Amino acid sequence: MLKIKNLEAGYGKLRVLKRISMHVDPGEIVTIIGANGAGKTTLLYTISGIIKPTDGEINLFSTSLDKIKPEKIVSMGCSLVPEGRQVFATMSVKENLILGSYVQSKKKGYDKEGELQNIYNIFPVLKERKSQLAGTLSGGEQQMLAMGRALMAKPKLIMMDEPSTGLAPLIVKDIFQIIFRLRQAGNTVLLVEQNAKAALGIADRGYVLETGKIILQGPAQDLLDNNDVQRAYLGRDVDSQGASCEV
Amino acid sequence: MYWEQDKECMPRADLEQLQLERLQSTLYRVATHVPFYRRKFRELNIDPDGFRSLEELQTLPFTTKDDLRNNYPYGLFAVPLRDIVRVHSSSGTTGTATVVGYTKNDIKNWSNLTARVLAGAGVGKDDVVQIAFGYGLFTGGFGLHYGAERIGASVIPISSGNTKRQIQIMQDFKTTALICTPSYALLLADTMLEMNININALDLRFGLFGGEPWSEGMRNEIQTKLNIIATDNYGLSEVMGPGVAGECQERKGLHINEDHFLIEIIDPETLEPVEPGETGEVVLTTLTKEGFPVIRYRTRDLTRLIEEPCPCGRTMRRMERILGRTDDMLIIKGVNVYPMQIEAILFDIKGTEPHYQIIVEREGRLDKVTVMVEVVESIFFDQMKKQRQLVDLIKSRLASELGISVDVKLVEEKSLERFEGKAIRVIDKRKL
Repeated sequence: MLKIKNLEAGYGKLRVLKRISMHVDPGEIVTIIGANGAGKTTLLYTISGIIKPTDGEINLFSTSLDKIKPEKIVSMGCSLVPEGRQVFATMSVKENLILGSYVQSKKKGYDKEGELQNIYNIFPVLKERKSQLAGTLSGGEQQMLAMGRALMAKPKLIMMDEPSTGLAPLIVKDIFQIIFRLRQAGNTVLLVEQNAKAALGIADRGYVLETGKIILQGPAQDLLDNNDVQRAYLGRDVDSQGASCEV
Repeated sequence: MYWEQDKECMPRADLEQLQLERLQSTLYRVATHVPFYRRKFRELNIDPDGFRSLEELQTLPFTTKDDLRNNYPYGLFAVPLRDIVRVHSSSGTTGTATVVGYTKNDIKNWSNLTARVLAGAGVGKDDVVQIAFGYGLFTGGFGLHYGAERIGASVIPISSGNTKRQIQIMQDFKTTALICTPSYALLLADTMLEMNININALDLRFGLFGGEPWSEGMRNEIQTKLNIIATDNYGLSEVMGPGVAGECQERKGLHINEDHFLIEIIDPETLEPVEPGETGEVVLTTLTKEGFPVIRYRTRDLTRLIEEPCPCGRTMRRMERILGRTDDMLIIKGVNVYPMQIEAILFDIKGTEPHYQIIVEREGRLDKVTVMVEVVESIFFDQMKKQRQLVDLIKSRLASELGISVDVKLVEEKSLERFEGKAIRVIDKRKL
């Protein structure tokens, strides 16, 4: 579905992504974990077409994304849920959702009302608050709205940038359960997260990004079991007595 | 039968993407964590972060058995010892032992890969698997043990040796799959024959053999004598152990688990890649090993790749059976001769038993080769003339196919030494 080879990108002279190779297969949740400044968001922006790569290739649905504009990438079926939600605060929940259907609404046979119902089924709280201004929603609700807005475009691949940012642990759990259910409903998800434990907990595979390089990759369970990942990202002191007893 | 169909049958383009991703992160890890590789890359001016395509593999340095020995015991480990959950050591077929380590994930991958080999050979969860490979520092026993357990088969970890007991257990425990070296399988078969055991009354259906080179003739002999499907599998402790490659039931070459190992075939003299399909030395690079990754490990095993797809549906390429080892290669009167070539000819000739020994001596300044081969009793006690004819036949076949003249000596059945592990086929007295 998504294949990236030797991708390099950055801002001006600053090289942020250094030779990234990765892929996402249909029906998978793939997560990219890494610390602040590792290049996670830059990677998603590059896939979305917002930043142009300086080298390497991105193939989405067997099409090279070279010279394809961001809006075209969305209509090809790849949507981004940006970090920090970025909902339109002064518009209603419903209006925000309808904005998400913009590229699809021009296509024949697109059932806007049906899609809205789908979104309301996934996020009942959005139905309850459909006329409310988006700015008045709680953080968790705004995250759901941002996800719903992306889903309105009926993406084949949905990319999420740090959905857990700034949310209470209980809400994070809800959000991740929804992502897990999206996958079960046949969606493909590329999930960028700092919260390595939560992300690896629902993902099929993962990549560890460090200063613009992928330093580890593999099945999510293998990464959870990897002691380097545990030390650096899961905050577990694997070398202490307690950890060895736990196993 | 597949174990991980999505992986074993994945499209080649997807496989190549996966290989590239895994190789890139492997190179990063060895350059960061293994001083030996960091030094080598620096010496050769290789930027491990600049590696962009699988074709660039040829620019990377080789790793040899000597490198492993020089870093004895833990020098090439890519993780601290506290992350290692298992240590194995090479069987020491040639010289000093080498040490390899496995993390928890390595053991998990190992189990999966040997499970693939077992499933490909026909073993399922209803099977009773008798593992007559040595347990202990040798990887053969444990590796296939994990795979068989992963599949859900019933495992009998009998280990090697004690032939009578092996047979007893095979009968009593209703063993359906036997795992050992091919030469030991033959020894078991012959012993059962001697004990007047009805082979057809056994439950045995499959045999997975490895650990030493064997020929098609030997396969046929084992299959007939034990009435089983015999498949070949390949691995070496320096790379992981069994699970690197294994035959499916087509029995036309061993599928390499290419999502975990990159294979190259090189000319052992020039170190350049051979033409596709040509015979050469197997060079392996690990793609998922955490504890003990190796880059371009020279295995000294000789074989060729089979590029044609296999009817079984697996997309993993196959290699032909191991034809010999570069260090088995005998240079006799300037001609390269592999024991396997001699074995193949012997198996082709009626009246010989699959037990032989090759003795190389130097008479004056000339090499002299004597092949000692066991013959069936009827011939041995028959007239001299028949023996003479057989000797001449073997001599002329060997001479025409090897290009050198060889002495042949017929010996009585069971007069040559039998081996429970790897058989010793060549005695080279020139070096003694």
